[in-house]
Amino acid sequence: MQFAVSILLSGISVGGQYALIAIGYTMVYGILRLINFAHGDVFMTAGLILVYAAASMPLYISVPLMIMAIAALGFCIERVAYKPLRSAPRMSVMISAIGVSFLIQNFATYYTGGLPQSYPRLPFLSESVIIYGTSTKWVTIVTPFLVLALVVLLQILINKTKIGLAMRAAAKDFETCQLMGIKINSVISFTFVIGSTLAAIGSLLYFTNYTQIVPLSGSMPGLKAFVAAVFGGIGSIPGAVIGAFIIGICENIIKGTSFTVFSDAFTFALLIIILVLKPTGLFGEKVTDKV
Amino acid sequence: MSAVTLEKKSKKGSALAFLGVLAVLVLVIVLENTLNPNKNIIVFTALKKGAVYALVAASMNLLNGFTGLFSLGQAGFMLLGGYTFGILTIPVAQRDSVYYIFDGSAINFSITEAMQNLFGGSGVGGAVGFVLGAIIALICAGLVAAFFAWLIGLPVLKLKSDYLAIATLGFAEIIRAIFQWEALGRVTNGANALKNFPTLASFNITNAEGEIVLRLSTFVAFAISGICIWLIVLLINSSYGRAFKAIREDEVAAEAMGINLAKHKRMSFIISSFFAGIGGALLAMFMNQVQAKTFTSTMTYEILLIVVLGGIGSISGSTIAAFLYMACSEWWLRFLDVPTSFKTAGGYWAFVIVLALAAVGITALLVLRRRKAGARKFSEMWSACVLGVVILGYDIYYYASATAKVPFLNSGFRMVVFSVIIMVVVLFFRKGLFGDKELSDVFRRLGRTKKAAPAEAEGGAAK
Repeated sequence: MQFAVSILLSGISVGGQYALIAIGYTMVYGILRLINFAHGDVFMTAGLILVYAAASMPLYISVPLMIMAIAALGFCIERVAYKPLRSAPRMSVMISAIGVSFLIQNFATYYTGGLPQSYPRLPFLSESVIIYGTSTKWVTIVTPFLVLALVVLLQILINKTKIGLAMRAAAKDFETCQLMGIKINSVISFTFVIGSTLAAIGSLLYFTNYTQIVPLSGSMPGLKAFVAAVFGGIGSIPGAVIGAFIIGICENIIKGTSFTVFSDAFTFALLIIILVLKPTGLFGEKVTDKV
Repeated sequence: MSAVTLEKKSKKGSALAFLGVLAVLVLVIVLENTLNPNKNIIVFTALKKGAVYALVAASMNLLNGFTGLFSLGQAGFMLLGGYTFGILTIPVAQRDSVYYIFDGSAINFSITEAMQNLFGGSGVGGAVGFVLGAIIALICAGLVAAFFAWLIGLPVLKLKSDYLAIATLGFAEIIRAIFQWEALGRVTNGANALKNFPTLASFNITNAEGEIVLRLSTFVAFAISGICIWLIVLLINSSYGRAFKAIREDEVAAEAMGINLAKHKRMSFIISSFFAGIGGALLAMFMNQVQAKTFTSTMTYEILLIVVLGGIGSISGSTIAAFLYMACSEWWLRFLDVPTSFKTAGGYWAFVIVLALAAVGITALLVLRRRKAGARKFSEMWSACVLGVVILGYDIYYYASATAKVPFLNSGFRMVVFSVIIMVVVLFFRKGLFGDKELSDVFRRLGRTKKAAPAEAEGGAAK
C-alpha cells in the first residue's frame, strides 16, 4: 500500500510537470503545425538560469527574473528561427527547430562546462512531508493543484479574452484569420511566450524533484510531453494535461517493476499505438487529413 | 524542389565519376601509408568518420530527400546494424571476457572465424576468409536493420510528415531500451559495450612478425561506404527511384500514375534502413566497440543536419557535407576548444577590428534583406540591428577590459560555433550546398555556360 501510494504520488507529480510542458507543445502545434523540438531545451534552460541566478540573488527576485527570461527566450526563438520560415515547407521549420535545440544544448554544455549543476533548494517546495507513511516533498502535493489552477487560468484566457479568441482563430484557419485583420505574428509570439512561461514554472517543479541538471535533461521530458500532447489530442489543452498525467503515472508504475529500462520506451510505444488506433488522440479535433 | 528529370545520364559522366572515385580510393591508400598515422590521427579519424556518416546520410537522404518520408529513426537502425555485426563477429575465444557479466554469450560462433577456418586458417586464405566473413556480417547487419524496418513500417508508414518523424524517433528509443534490457544480456551484453570484434584496423595487412605492411583501415571504410552509396545512386536512377521522387513531389498524382504508394514507401524505408544498418556496423568497426547508449536521438539529429547542409535530395551533397562536417568537428574547429591568449598586440587588434567589422557587416546584411523584403520604415528594421549592436557592444567591452586572453575559447565552444553555422544554413541557405543537384549536374552546367548559354534557354523552353 505504502509502495503504491508513493508510486502514485510521484506519478501524479511528474505527470503535472509534463503537463506544463505539454501545453506549450500543444498550443504551438495547434497554430503552426510545428513540433517545437526546442521546447524541451527551453525547459532545461529555465532550470539552468535559476541555478545561476539563485547563486547571486535571493529567490524572490531570481524566480520571477528566470520566468521573464524564459518568456523572452521563447519569443526570440520564434522570431529568429521560425518566423523567417513561415512560408517554407513544414519539414524546413522542423529542421530549424531541431537546429535550435542543438544550439541550446551545445551552448548549455559550453556554459556549464558539461558538469551537472545542482538545483537550489526552494523553500517550502523542497521540504519533506509524510503522507500515508511515505516521505515525499511538498512539490509532489503542490504540483497537481498548481497545474489545475494554471489550466483553468489558461482556459479563461483562451475562451474569454480577445487574444484568446485570436489564438483560437489562428488555430482553426491560419490564412483566413490573417484576412480578418488578426496580427498573426503577435498571436504566435504570444503563444510562444505563454508556452515558455509554463515550461519555466514546470521546470521549477521538475528540478525540485530531480535536483541535477545536465544539458540533455530537457530532451526526454520534452519528447514525453509531446507524446502526452499527441495522446490527449494535439491542439487540445485539457487533452494534453490528461495525457501527461496518464503518461506520468504509467511511467512511474513501470519504474516500480523490474522493467525500469522500458520506462522511456513505454511512452513511445503508447505514442505509436495511439497514432495507429486513434490518430486524433483522446480529445483531438476531428480533422482526417492531419495524420 | 525541381521536377523529376528524365534526362538520360551520359555514359561519359558516369565513367568520369567512376574514375574520380577510384582516384580518391587510391589517394586514401597512398595517404594512409605515407603520413605518420600517430601524428595525423585526427585526419584519419575525420576521414573514417566522414566515410561512415556519408553512407548514413546518403541512406537518410534516400528516405527524407528522395521519397519525402521524414523519418528520424536512423540511429535505431544503426544500432541494430552495429550490434548485429558485433554479435556475429566476436571471436569465440573472446566471448567469455566480453560477456563476463552474463557468464558467456548465448551465441557461440563467429562468422569471420568460421570463414577463416573454411579458407585455411591463416595466411592469404585466412585473409580472404576474414574479408568474406566481414562482408557477410555487414550484409547480415543490413538485413537485420531492414527486417526491423519492415516490421516497424507496417504501422508507422501510414503516418504523415511530423507524426512519422516522431513515431520513428520513438521506435529508435524503444530499440535502444530493448538492447539495454538485462534479460537479453547473453546476446546484447545489456547496457555494457560489445567489443573485441574485427575493427577497421583488422584490415591492415601485417607480416609474420605482426608489423603493419600496408595500412588499409581508412581505405576499407571508404570502399564499403563507396559501394553502398553507389548502390543507392543506382537505385535512385532506376525506375524505382523515379517512383520515389514522384511520391515526394505529389502523392496523389503519383498514385494516379499507377504507383503503388504503400509498396514504394515500404521499399524506400527498408532499403534506407538496410544501408543505415551497414553504416551502423561500419561505425561500430570505427569505434572499436558498440554500446546502445551512444545511438541517441542526438545522433539522428546530427545526420539530419548533415543531410540539410548538403542539400535535401542530393547524394553528392550528403557525401561532401558528411566529410566537411566531420572535418570541421574533428579537425578544423578543434582550436576553438582550447583556451589561449593573444601572443602579439597585432593579433589582439586584429581580433577587435574583425569583430567590429563583423558586427557592421551582419547589420548591413540583415538590413539589406529587410529592405529587399519591402521594409522602409525604421520601426520595421530596428530588430535587424539588434544582433550587430550586441556584438559591437561586446567588442567595446572586451577592448575596455584589456585582457590578452582570447575570449570564448573553451571546451565546448566548437559545438556552439558549429550549431550557429548550421542555424545560419538552415535559415538563410535553405537549399544547402547542392540543393537537389548532384555533382555531375554542377559540372555539366559549368561546361555548358561556357559554350552556349542561349542554347540552354531554348532547350529549357522546349522542355
